[in-house]
Amino acid sequence: MSILVIAEHNNSELNGATLKTLAAAQKIGGDVVVLVAGHGCQAVADAAAKIAGVSKVLLADDAAYSHFLAENLGDLVAKLGADYSHILAAATTTGKNFLPRVAALLDVAQISDIISVESADTFKRPIYAGNAIATVQSSDAIKVISVRTTAFDAVAAEGGSAGVEAVSGNGDSGTSSFVGEELAKSERPELTAARVIISGGRGMQNGDNFQLLEKVADKLGAAVGASRAAVDAGFVPNDYQVGQTGKIVAPELYIAVGISGAIQHLAGMKDSKVIVAINKDEEAPIFQIADYGLVADLFSVLPELEQAL
Amino acid sequence: MKVLVAVKRVIDYNVKVRVKADQSDVDLANVKMALNPFCEIAVEEAVRLKEAGVASEVVVVSIGPKAVQEQLRTALALGGDRAIHIDTEELPDSLAVAKLLKAVVAQEQPQLVILGKQAIDSDNNQTGQMLGALTGMPQGTFASKVAVDGSSVNVTREVDGGLQTVKLQLPAIVTTDLRLNEPRYASLPNIMKAKKKPLDVTTPADLGVSVARTVKVLKVEAPAERSAGVKVASVAELVDKLKNEAKVI
Repeated sequence: MSILVIAEHNNSELNGATLKTLAAAQKIGGDVVVLVAGHGCQAVADAAAKIAGVSKVLLADDAAYSHFLAENLGDLVAKLGADYSHILAAATTTGKNFLPRVAALLDVAQISDIISVESADTFKRPIYAGNAIATVQSSDAIKVISVRTTAFDAVAAEGGSAGVEAVSGNGDSGTSSFVGEELAKSERPELTAARVIISGGRGMQNGDNFQLLEKVADKLGAAVGASRAAVDAGFVPNDYQVGQTGKIVAPELYIAVGISGAIQHLAGMKDSKVIVAINKDEEAPIFQIADYGLVADLFSVLPELEQAL
Repeated sequence: MKVLVAVKRVIDYNVKVRVKADQSDVDLANVKMALNPFCEIAVEEAVRLKEAGVASEVVVVSIGPKAVQEQLRTALALGGDRAIHIDTEELPDSLAVAKLLKAVVAQEQPQLVILGKQAIDSDNNQTGQMLGALTGMPQGTFASKVAVDGSSVNVTREVDGGLQTVKLQLPAIVTTDLRLNEPRYASLPNIMKAKKKPLDVTTPADLGVSVARTVKVLKVEAPAERSAGVKVASVAELVDKLKNEAKVI
């Protein structure tokens, strides 16, 4: 078996998501090859070659891949991937964007967002917003898989000494082009990629009070989220929303502040490693899933927490 | 320009799903079904394009048993002009759905195909991208803004870390994210009018597509229950536990 893992990077640095995707690849077992596609990304290929357990790095350096457009990248991966038994990418917005195109070009199904590897053809994945876990078995010749990175521990970034081999694809499809990007100005990480998230609910009372969360978030390097109640009340924009119709997150630490814990919210965050609930109502359902609960008024707790960090 | 919108009938997002005792699937008997929330956003965007004079016709399509006609009627009540029902008792996977939609695209020749970014039942997030690969069309996934300009469309996408704008040559595929718009409600007169709008029925066989699956579901189980946590008495104790016991900060 040979496995192709598509590296995620920003053309200069390898993203940590790749190390976690590689952990899933190593669980499947077999020769693991990493593809670094981008532009001016030699440094990324060199970093990938040092990762423990990587047998070879393929480098496709072309302006057509600089912004990871799905049309160009999907075509390249489908072309290279035809010789592999498994093709894996992280279930990030980049991976989710190009990987299904790869699967369709290879005329195989894709298995999205796996949380465990049972065997080379059998995987577990959450469905219904994490309210059920399906064990699925693929009979496709090539398994195209996206990996929920929070479900796997990163492999060591050092210890390997793979060779780097240049490859090329068909280049630019000509059907799409990059116009621009507007990356979040704050130092805070994006919700779905954050290691720590602090979220506020209806209990925050108004949008201005979210500053209390932001101060704590700054100390923790955390992203700020919200429940649907807080979004519907207009406290914060809806891209903050964590839940079944919002973002599904699984950070290492999730701090729910003034959130009662409706099932739709829990569906979006219950796979977090550690959950902390801060709520003045000790009967709030959020306490049933919290690892650490603090029954107290958030308006006194948040400044205290900021101080303590 | 013609816009094609694909919609899916799914369990209502307010319903707490239960896994069947034999672990074969979740129990969908007698539960409330609805239009997938992301599909609602897709319909809304198409209707807004029509209201803005950009789109001339909005065609909605759905795949599944006869019951999906309820959701097609809902989409018509929201402003769709005409509906296509691909009748099948099977539950096709994303690749088969993409193949069926490709056949509809070949018939209808839309300039824009709008889908939701994912269905809240299977949570796959694949169909729009797969349709892109099969038709050779470019894709604007996780769209928070769609601006049609002559022979191209600029799509602002929600990506990890912020927003990215791409320019796609038409015909193109857009999949909707939550921020794209706020779907309207169907008014009673529009619900009545929707009953008279055309709804064509076809089948996968008519479209020449096999819906056989290559991925088999072996088991569906409830997620592991979280072990009961502890209540802490103070902020100091909380920080101490997070640092020294959970080691997450």
